[in-house]
Amino acid sequence: MSVSKGHVTGVNGNMVNVAFDGQVIKNEVGYISVGGTRLKSEIIRITDGIASMQVYEMTGGIKVGDEVDFTGEMLSVELGPGLLTQVFDGLQNPLPELAEKCGFFLERGVYVKPLPDKEWDFTPVKQVGDRLVAGDYFGTVPEGLFTHRITVPFTLQGEWKVKSIADKGMHRAHETVCVIEDSNGNTKDLSMIITQPVKVAIGGYQERVLPDEPMVTRIRVIDTFLPVAKGGTYCTPGPFGAGKTVLQHLTSKNADVDIVIIAACGERAGEVVEILKEFPELTDPKTGKSLMERTIIICNTSSMPVAAREASVYTAVTMAEYYRNMGLDVLLLADSTSRWAQAMREMSGRLEEIPGDEAFPAYLESRIAGFYERAGKVRLRDGSFGSVTIGGTVSPAGGNFEEPVTQATLKVVGAFHGLSRERSDARKYPAIDSLDSWSKYNGIIEKGKVEEAYSFLRRGNEVSQMMKVVGEEGTSLEDYIVYQKGEFIDSVYLQQNSFDPVDSMVSVDRQRLSFSVLYDILTSSFNLSVKKDVRAFFNELRQRFLDWNSTAESDSAFEERKNAVVSFYQERRK
Amino acid sequence: MQKVYTKIESIVGNVITVRAEGVRNQDLAEITTREGTGYANVIKLDGDKVSLQVFKGGQGVSTGDSVRFLGVPMRVSFSDDLLGRIFDGAGKPRDNGPELTENMIDIGGPSVNPSKRITPDKMIRTGIPMIDVFNTLVESQKLPIFSISGEPYNELLARIAMQADVDIIVLGGMGLKYDDYLFFRNQLEASGAMSRTIMFIHTASDPTVECTLVPDLSLAVAERFALQGKKVLVLLTDMTNFCDAEKEMAITMDQVPSNRGYPGDLYSTLASRYEKAVSFEGAGSVTILGVTTMPGDDVTHPVPDNTGYITEGQYYLRNGRIEPFGSLSRLKQNVNKSTRSDHRSLMDAMIKLYAAYKDSLEKRSMGFMMSDWDEKLLK
Repeated sequence: MSVSKGHVTGVNGNMVNVAFDGQVIKNEVGYISVGGTRLKSEIIRITDGIASMQVYEMTGGIKVGDEVDFTGEMLSVELGPGLLTQVFDGLQNPLPELAEKCGFFLERGVYVKPLPDKEWDFTPVKQVGDRLVAGDYFGTVPEGLFTHRITVPFTLQGEWKVKSIADKGMHRAHETVCVIEDSNGNTKDLSMIITQPVKVAIGGYQERVLPDEPMVTRIRVIDTFLPVAKGGTYCTPGPFGAGKTVLQHLTSKNADVDIVIIAACGERAGEVVEILKEFPELTDPKTGKSLMERTIIICNTSSMPVAAREASVYTAVTMAEYYRNMGLDVLLLADSTSRWAQAMREMSGRLEEIPGDEAFPAYLESRIAGFYERAGKVRLRDGSFGSVTIGGTVSPAGGNFEEPVTQATLKVVGAFHGLSRERSDARKYPAIDSLDSWSKYNGIIEKGKVEEAYSFLRRGNEVSQMMKVVGEEGTSLEDYIVYQKGEFIDSVYLQQNSFDPVDSMVSVDRQRLSFSVLYDILTSSFNLSVKKDVRAFFNELRQRFLDWNSTAESDSAFEERKNAVVSFYQERRK
Repeated sequence: MQKVYTKIESIVGNVITVRAEGVRNQDLAEITTREGTGYANVIKLDGDKVSLQVFKGGQGVSTGDSVRFLGVPMRVSFSDDLLGRIFDGAGKPRDNGPELTENMIDIGGPSVNPSKRITPDKMIRTGIPMIDVFNTLVESQKLPIFSISGEPYNELLARIAMQADVDIIVLGGMGLKYDDYLFFRNQLEASGAMSRTIMFIHTASDPTVECTLVPDLSLAVAERFALQGKKVLVLLTDMTNFCDAEKEMAITMDQVPSNRGYPGDLYSTLASRYEKAVSFEGAGSVTILGVTTMPGDDVTHPVPDNTGYITEGQYYLRNGRIEPFGSLSRLKQNVNKSTRSDHRSLMDAMIKLYAAYKDSLEKRSMGFMMSDWDEKLLK
């Protein structure tokens, strides 16, 4: 394919119009030469022989007539061993390396190779003459905790044969380790690194299957009441200050998955710094190694160029899919998808497209759906399973969930964890509003029992609304007990003490045990005849339950505190 | 060679269009009108049609006026001479001092590499108990003061400017009443804090375009001082005026408005300013305290709402004092342990007492029974 050239004919914000000779592809990447630097940009529209390109950098200093070199490639990422533990920007430039080169600031037009040319211990799994199609792997290297599969490009067409393959031993990442040949005698050299267009979902698996296994987050309200499945999707909308980011950080630490990819998209730089400084110090509860070993961070904070923000979520999900195809469970956390949607809105405005709701482009919903649909659990060709779970935060304007981004997201996700300002103001953690939220996945506890517990919450809430009007005196004893039970669930089970090392993360077994006791309390009726006694009984029971919650299983007092709860309520049982 | 263009094709609002070649995006141009010379910057290029935004506004510009492109983007002079000086939104002196043209630096520069940022852990003493005790201001933090018109937010800022334990204060005023400007000047001069202060002031009667330049000018200067190892505090008032100026310009440019007329890129616009707050490893820091007046005391208005998503907490200024409830400094836990050992318990205990007092007050006003404890609280 011939590679075209062009020149700038107009500039409007971060959009540049380019006249080109030869042919160009939509979404092709081109570089604009501005006084010695080359600015990366992508074609987003072609009209009347003019390509409109969004520039991933500031556009100051560009003038009409500046030269543009097209690459003939769509916006791509490099995939290969060495991705883990890295910190990239939205275009996969490793930030620490950029800092070494440029110092404090992100100079524009500086691009660094994403993957280091390190030596890896390569083990071939195919032999000369073996057949290969897109998505097959021909070798493995150990990468940290995982066996990294070296694959042929996912964009490969047709069937190819191995012509030669390197021996087991140390090889550099960029070195040719395999040569393949198709039936017409064309050959291709393959290294350990492949490139993949970010906006094209990675295939190369046998089939997609239903996500059925819960992803444990060690947060009770999520695992028990609002579960997320491995390969599922969920969203966390909430007003500012409700604790979206805190919740995601905790999930990224505790989730029982193999790899976590954090896409900090258009949020505060300070929050990313927190992860950067904190993660290397923390140990993964599952493996005992540093948390960083299972983490990739894609960070395009709010002050970095907007167009790259749009690309960053795709960069992240492409990496997630790549590791999924190695039979791993990957969790992608995107914070926040609203900023990503706003980046689309800015671009759409520059293109002078007809706006939809709140000036978001009309294709907002299909883009959001397209992104979340890249999650899923798949069966690979060798029979093993891999999954990509996507959790996105949404920052609705004014905390109003009726806005387009929240609504479009709710249509496509499998679970909705809505955060409420009231709960966060009352310092109730996590601030997930369990009455508004929902989940379509199966959790760690029987659905029927969870539903029953839920009904107490709902009825308790109804009674409390009523009580505001008629007062405590006007409420029947029966209703009052339901109300107390509802409050009880909230305070001993839904809320967690984030400062308590035991209560802040609760294992599945512990959740099952606590829930069985809770369930027993909810379904029992008690010998209580006056409201004063009811209140005193539940207050005492709550205190005992909370004491038990903060006791570690290994603690000698564990059984004793559990019995303090159980014996207390069983004595009063009818 | 710098060519002079004398054919202005259109004048819409503050935006003029001329046909010119070889002009670069965001370059500065000098425009000479009957009323003297002013600046304009390039905001759009389409073939040989160049759109410029005139700082002084489009009023009085003739189609025959001359436009000369300077070939450089908007810049501001940077040196120690800035200290104690007052400038307007175009960077021209507002006091009677000389114009500074040495060591010009670009404004609106690139953002800081997140991997070079450090975890903030030093407090800034402001001498205001409601800030220092309850919601400590931390170096490199960005915090808005949410307030409503009529509240003494400018008095608060002036007080902070005088008392804060920092090396340099940069005060950016946007859409200030002239009286407020004089108030700031007199207060700072009287207290002697002027010698460590630089002011960029846009008053309500100045051209709109200059309003949008004030944060950029202030922050560019602050950033340079920080790189020299100085502890800089940038005070911005009022960011709502800045957003309104952005709105006005976006609408004249025929941009599609998103929410209540504000441009769709409001979040990015604000974020690129606020994110300039940073602490440099081995050098100084920039801390931003900005006033955001909430139209109609509505925190869901696009300006405070977007601000809240960007900043690290907020102060609410109501009835002349900083509200202990709702106000939050997200970084306070980073520094509270190093001030004094009982800082946290003191803070919590006082807040609890105050909350209980509020409850008792409410109880009394509704005519409920009062306990001894309630009486004691109310004393």
